[in-house]
Parts: sequence; C-alpha cells; structure tokens
Amino acid sequence: MQTLDLTAGNIAAYLAEQSAKDMLRLITCGSVDVGKSTLIGRLLYDSKLIFDDQLSALEADSKRVGTQGDNIDLALLVDGLTAEREQGITIDVAYRAFTTPKRKFIVADTPGHEQYTRNMATGASTADLAVLMVDAADGVLTQTRRHAYIVTLLGIRQLVLAVNKMDLVNYDQATYRAIEEEFLAFAKEIGAGDVTCIPVSALTGCNVTENGAATPWYDGPNLLQHLETVDITLTNQDQPARLPVQWVCRPDHTFRGFAGTLVSGTLRQGDKVKVLPSARESTIARIVTYDGDLDQAHSGQAVMLTLADEIDAGRGNVICSADDPVEVADQFEAHILWMGEDPMLPGRPYLVKLGARTVPAKLAQPKYEVNVNTLEHTAAKTLELNQIGVCNLSLDEQVPFTSYADNRDLGGFVIIDRISNATVGLGLINFALRRASNIHWQALDIHKGTRATSKNQRSTVLWFTGLSGSGKSTVANIVEKRLAALGHHTYLLDGDNVRHGLNRDLGFTDADRVENIRRVAEVSKLMADAGLIVLVSFISPFRAERRMARDMLEAGEFIEVHVDTPLEICEARDVKGLYAKARAGEIKNFTGIDSDYEVPENAEITINTAEKSPETTAGEIVEHLENTGRLKPA
Amino acid sequence: MTQLAKPNHLQQLEAESIHIMREVAAQCEKPVMLFSAGKDSTVMLHLAMKAFYPAKPPFPLLHVDTTWKFRETIGFRDQTASRLGLDLIVHTNEEGIAGNINPFTAGSARHTEIMKTDALKQALDRHGFDAAFGGGRRDEEKSRAKERIFSFRNAQHRWDPKNQRPELWRAYNTRINKGESMRVFPLSNWTELDVWQYIRDENIPIVPLYFAVPRPVVKRGTDLIVVDDERMPLNDGEKPQERMVRFRTLGCYPLTGAVESSAATLEEIIAEMLVATTSERTGRAIDHDRSASMEKKKQEGYF
Ligand SMILES: Nc1nc2c(ncn2[C@@H]2O[C@H](COP(=O)(O)OP(=O)(O)O)[C@@H](O)[C@H]2O)c(=O)[nH]1
Repeated sequence: MQTLDLTAGNIAAYLAEQSAKDMLRLITCGSVDVGKSTLIGRLLYDSKLIFDDQLSALEADSKRVGTQGDNIDLALLVDGLTAEREQGITIDVAYRAFTTPKRKFIVADTPGHEQYTRNMATGASTADLAVLMVDAADGVLTQTRRHAYIVTLLGIRQLVLAVNKMDLVNYDQATYRAIEEEFLAFAKEIGAGDVTCIPVSALTGCNVTENGAATPWYDGPNLLQHLETVDITLTNQDQPARLPVQWVCRPDHTFRGFAGTLVSGTLRQGDKVKVLPSARESTIARIVTYDGDLDQAHSGQAVMLTLADEIDAGRGNVICSADDPVEVADQFEAHILWMGEDPMLPGRPYLVKLGARTVPAKLAQPKYEVNVNTLEHTAAKTLELNQIGVCNLSLDEQVPFTSYADNRDLGGFVIIDRISNATVGLGLINFALRRASNIHWQALDIHKGTRATSKNQRSTVLWFTGLSGSGKSTVANIVEKRLAALGHHTYLLDGDNVRHGLNRDLGFTDADRVENIRRVAEVSKLMADAGLIVLVSFISPFRAERRMARDMLEAGEFIEVHVDTPLEICEARDVKGLYAKARAGEIKNFTGIDSDYEVPENAEITINTAEKSPETTAGEIVEHLENTGRLKPA
Repeated sequence: MTQLAKPNHLQQLEAESIHIMREVAAQCEKPVMLFSAGKDSTVMLHLAMKAFYPAKPPFPLLHVDTTWKFRETIGFRDQTASRLGLDLIVHTNEEGIAGNINPFTAGSARHTEIMKTDALKQALDRHGFDAAFGGGRRDEEKSRAKERIFSFRNAQHRWDPKNQRPELWRAYNTRINKGESMRVFPLSNWTELDVWQYIRDENIPIVPLYFAVPRPVVKRGTDLIVVDDERMPLNDGEKPQERMVRFRTLGCYPLTGAVESSAATLEEIIAEMLVATTSERTGRAIDHDRSASMEKKKQEGYF
C-alpha cells in the first residue's frame, strides 16, 4: 500500500492529515456494461487499495467467471453478490471507500438496468456527485438520459460525463466531441448542475488516474484529479437552522433533551427557537454532548438540545430559528419516483415518512408522467415501477416541511405500503398546496352526536365484505329491515347500485377498485356524520382500503362484517352468472378468479352463509349492535 | 466549552452512526445491540453511549457466546458492561453444547452455523428483539458492501440480497410486521482505518488481544493459532511456542489466526495496518471456507 515511513511519530502526523481530509460521496451510473464496475475497480486498484489476498481471490474469480480472458476483471471487485457474478450484471448498489492524499471517498456503484432504478436512486440519494458513464461506441442512450434526469431530480449538482471505452474507438476526438455536445444539450434541458466531460478508458486507465497519452487533444483534468478538487462545500450551513426531533431524552424528571441531527444552519446556546408545528417559542438552554456542552452546533451534527421553557415537543417536531421557521402543511405537490412492484393506487392510504414524521397519506391521480427520454409530460392514471410523475398528495396531519430544493431532509420523503411495509416510492416536495393558516374548519353547532342521539342510536357503519355471491347484500337487507322495524334510521349502500350512479366512471382495475371504495368510504362517513346506521355492502377486496374506511371513523363506529362463504359455494350459486363469464375469460379482474381477495384479519364479525341461514346471521349482527351499545343514544 | 470547526470525515461518520441509533431507539419496539467485545462493537457501543447521553442506551447488549472465545474477550466483555452500567445478555446454544459441537470435530462451518447463526436466531426469538445492531462495515467484505444500513430480515431471519428495500437519504423505513426484524449497521460507512483512528482519538479501551505480546501459538497451515486454554487438541509432537503475536480480528480462538507483530501501541497497530498486504478477515477461517460464503451465511441469518 502507501509507501510511508511509518514510525509512531509519523503516524501521529499521518493521522492528523487524515483527519483534516474532507469526504466526497459519489455514485457511478449509466447503462449496463458501460464499465462502471470496471472504473471503480480501476480507482481502487490504482489507489492501491486492493490487498494481496483480495487480489489473489480476484485472479481466481477472473479466470472462473471473468469477462477478460486470462486478464483480471476489475468489475469483480465490486460485483459482490453471487447472482451478480454469475449473471455478470450489477443488481444492487455496492459501497466502497477509498482514500487519496487529498480526499476520502465513498463511491456507490449503481446498477444500470432500468428494473433496478430504485437501487440506483438509493445510491444517488446520499451522493454529492455523480459519474455518469457512456460507452464511446454507443453514445448517449435512453438509460443515460434517465440517470442524468434522476440524479438531477435528486439534487446532485455535480455531474461528470465519463465517455468510456475510448480505446475501442481509437481515442477519436470527433466521436468524443459529438457525445459531449449531445449530452450537454440534454443536461441544459433538464437543468443539470455543473457538468464535466472526460474521455476515459477504464480498462487501460487512460484519464482515470493519470493523464492519457492517447488523448493529446484533451487538456482537462483526469477523473481522479477532478474528484479530488471539485468543490463540495456545504451550502446548507448558511441557511436557517432546522433540527427535526428524533428522540426525546428523559433520564429523570430534571432533564428533557431533544435529540436529532441538525439538517441546516447553526444553533447557538441562547438562540431563540420556534418548535413546529405548535409554533411555541423558547431559547436554547444547553447543547449537550457526552464530551461536554457546546456553544454552537452546525449542520450535519447529531446533537441534544435542552430548552429554557417546558415545551411539549416530541419526535417529528422541528426546532427552527425563531425568525425563520419552516412552514407547516398537509397537502403538497411532489415529484414521485414509484419503486413498488405493484403500481401506485391513487386514493389508497399509504404512509409517508418525512423527516422524523410518519403519517398516513393519499396520492391523487398523477398530474402527469415524465417521459425521461423526451422529457414530455404525458397523462397517466397511475405510476408503475420506475415511473416518474408529479402528483398531489394529502397527509392526515399537518407536518413541518421545506421544498426538496431547500432541504433534502425536510423535503424528501419515502412512501411505505401499509400492509407489506415495503418502501414503494420516493417523493420530492415542490410546494404546499395550501398553508395551514388558511384552513379553518367550519365550526358547527349541531354535530354528529346530536344528530345520532335524536335518532335514538349511535352513528355506525356496518361494512360487509366478501366475494361476489357470498350473501353480503342478502344479509345486509335483512339487517336493515330489522333495524327499521326497531325504529332506527339506516341507509344501505350497495356495490351494484353505487356503481350505476356515483361511481359510473370506474372500472375494475386495481386503481379503480381503490377509488370506488374511497368514494364509498367518504359517503358512509358523511352519512355517519348525519347520525345514521350505514350498511355498506361491497366486495372491497383490499385490506388497505377497508383500513382506510375504518380510520376515517371514530373508534367503535366501524364494524367490519366478513361474509366468509367459500369460493366454491359462491361460484356454485353464481346468481348473476358472473363466475361462469369470468372463468370463460369474458370478464377480467374478477375477484376470486383473477383478482385477489385479501381476507380480513380483524373483522368484528365473521359469518358463513353456507352454514347458517341469512336470517340467523342477520339476527346475530343486530344482537352485536345491541350488545355494543350502538342501538341507544350515547 | 469547545468551539467547533467544520466537521471532518470522522465527525460526519460519528453523526451518521448516532442518527441511525436514535432512529432505532425511537421507532423499534425492542432493540438490542450485539456486543462481541471486538474493536468494531466496542466503537459501536461507545457511539451508543454518546447517542443517548445523558441517558443510557435504551437497549441491552447481547453476546452470542460459542464458549470458544478468548478468555480475554470474555473478561473485557463483562468488565465493559459493568463499567458502563449496561445490561448484558449472554446466550449460548445449549443444544449445540449438548451435541458437543466444537470447532475441532464439527469443522468451522458447522460450528459457526450452530453456535453462532442458530444461537443468534434463538436469542433474538427468545427475547422477541425486533432490531439488532451489528458492527459490520461495508469495507470488510463484498456482500457487506451491498447491504443496506437497515437490513430487513423475514420471520426466518433471512436476508434477501436481491430484494432489498430502497434506502433514501436518512429516511430509514423501520417498519416491519410481527416476527420480522431489522439488522442495523451503524458503522456501515466506516473503514478499518476510521475505526482505529477513532479509538485513538477518543481514547476508547479495547481488548488487549489487539496488542502484541508473547503468546503460546501453534502453526496450522498458514494460520497461527493461539492456544488459549487446555481444550485445544494438539497433534502428535506439536508444542505451543511463545511468539510475539496479536490479532487483527477476533472470533473463536481455534478459528482465528494471529499475526506476528511487535505492535504494542495504537500508533504501531495503525502503522502495521497501513503496510499490510492482506485484508483483516483473512484471519477468520469462516470467510474463506467457501467462495461467497459470507453472502450465504448472511442469507441464513448470520450477522
Ligand atoms: N475495451 C474496453 N472495455 C471496457 C472498458 N471498461 C469496461 N469494459 C468492459 O465492458 C464490460 C462491462 O463492464 P462492467 O464494468 O461490468 O460494466 P457495468 O455494467 O457498467 O458495471 C466488461 O467486459 C469490461 O471489461 C474500457 O474502457 N474499454
């Protein structure tokens, strides 16, 4: 490795020098086989960061699975997963650290295949600079544009276009210039930051770590020189202070500390601060650390603050400079990159994690999808895996935020599926649609409780879910008759009927099914607000939407009735002849046949009409309502 | 009070690790920190002391004891936990003990699987931990270089390297369903040099095994094995010899190769590291048992 005179005294000096170095995080991206892994292998190899044992393993691997005949295949240094080595492709980001006399680097090698875009975005989200590679023989490809667009969208302001495999085009200047020109034009269109173009050969090392003799016509820096000198000074030091509270520290009743990472600005002891969303003000009493109190803390530091006043702040609050606090809102316009295997479903409740807040949220139908190749905006009903679009979203609660352009931590969020917990999307806030200060709920004198009491009942939604033909409507009808006979005020919302009117515009795709249920849930919420006992009879096959309906109502108001009649029996009954048609392929997306029914996990009532008569089950449901106090005023 | 300059790279790494730990403490129901008493877990623990100060870390320590650890490792482990006033859970796979699983007769791979991987899963299941911190670094090994900081494990503790959750910015998705868990690696972005430099800067006590002193060793192939107790079976005519050796990595003593060295101070250790021509895990028999063995082990639930 480094040739150093390593006496203990020198080590101290060496370490002091190491400490003084700053750190650049970069990614390499571009389409498959442009030589990303080879380039990183080259950087590690030339900066002498490969150990003997790794080298001998590499030599052995190169012979076995390498693509370079008897020569070593540097790409194998970074392609670490068995599947990657066997298939010769990069699937997921690999992070490698290396050091030069000037700087420390963490480089993320990201996959080129479109299907692994989410892994590429993972690498890009923490990078300061992107090395975008193209193959000199192929020039700018769709995937080049796609990656340039994504890294720019994610706020990387430093771009390097490395035109690789120059050896294959005889280091021809004209070829290089044409690619450079085409790319610079595209970069301008997408508003990319600084772009530096370099002709390289990862294979021979030309212009990677030394200036290539083969390209006398190129007088710019080689790649490593550029990486060592590019300006990466943090700009968010000068911005107003923002500290999202991660964790509240209460070792005993005398101490209450707010722990978090300062995501911009500087905080000093004695500074006036404002805590959002409550907007309560206080001053910083102490900045506590294990190594003693600090006078001040800077962006990037993980700190613990105490405030001069007893303020009820918790995780997800943001402590800001009092004279320049963040805004608070619950509706945003955002760029979304969809990363889920299943397409985005407008209207479905997802979770959004923004800063230290995790809040239920719904996405509206995209305003448009971005064609990253042509940059055209096209109409879209949903976003599929790896698609990028612009959507409005509404959160269940007000959250402190900034635009993504102002701050990555307070303007960037992830979208989480509520059932699988998978991370299915990322979002970048453009702006809030309306500010909290503008929202005033109409305060009404007559409210839900009053309305229900005057009807001698409590507002209730009985939600019947089950397969087509399971007996939902039959049972719901009988229940409604019995309730009416007992003098209660009811309304029955039936799938077929609603689809003829309110939801006439919807079909049976997953997205339409979600919207169907969302509307019905909203209607039943209004009816519950009117004090009614609402009976909803919908297949409602997805857990997430049933949960959404439940969450809209107050505790106890929502009663889920799972009509659990087995598929064979429903199909044998086939009252409307629909199963036969579905089996024949005449109806698509039919629940139970070629569309899923997600069985309820916590239904309050489960019935099986194959085992008991509809009258008996209806009786049991009415009894349940009586026992839980729904049939008398609160 | 101290004044601060712009954070250097170690301060950046420290802040990142602390952020990760606080995220787990705030979001996971029952976290635990793996503590093997090696240099990486010692640094991780030191960071945890900082992350929650003036409170103690809100989780216990867990050591999976194969019963073949160096005596000094065990001594240091117990002393560290009591010095810091933290709960330490020590778990050993009793079925493995009953079945007389040891590195000599079972072989290193089977020993590791039963006494480490299985034992770890047992301990996590028994206590219902939903998040476990490990001191792994991405510069250690190729499959680690690919792993997320928050590494999702299914109910069988398996890692699915081909289907990792995207991990954006610092917005770690910690959500799991019942029975599933997270392995969390706060030192992901640290290098071996960073760890040593931090130990030196912060004056962190470490196990004396990292420093060279005369120790009784036998040579097995190219490995120098220290005879740490009388359970080590010696071949005919084999006699332990005193040599100046130290360790770059610590595992089960019969499976961990020592290196000849005269390094008695941190500066000397770092000097040796900088001129070393082999990576630190070569001393560990398990990693080169089979090519890609780490990835496979991790899939099966190993850390
Ligand atoms: N001739 C030539 N081949 C290269 C160069 N860089 C990479 N390659 C080859 O291109 C192929 C793909 O490289 P790899 O690094 O795996 O690409 P990745 O998919 O972008 O990581 C391999 O066969 C490399 O050896 C170069 O500069 N010149």
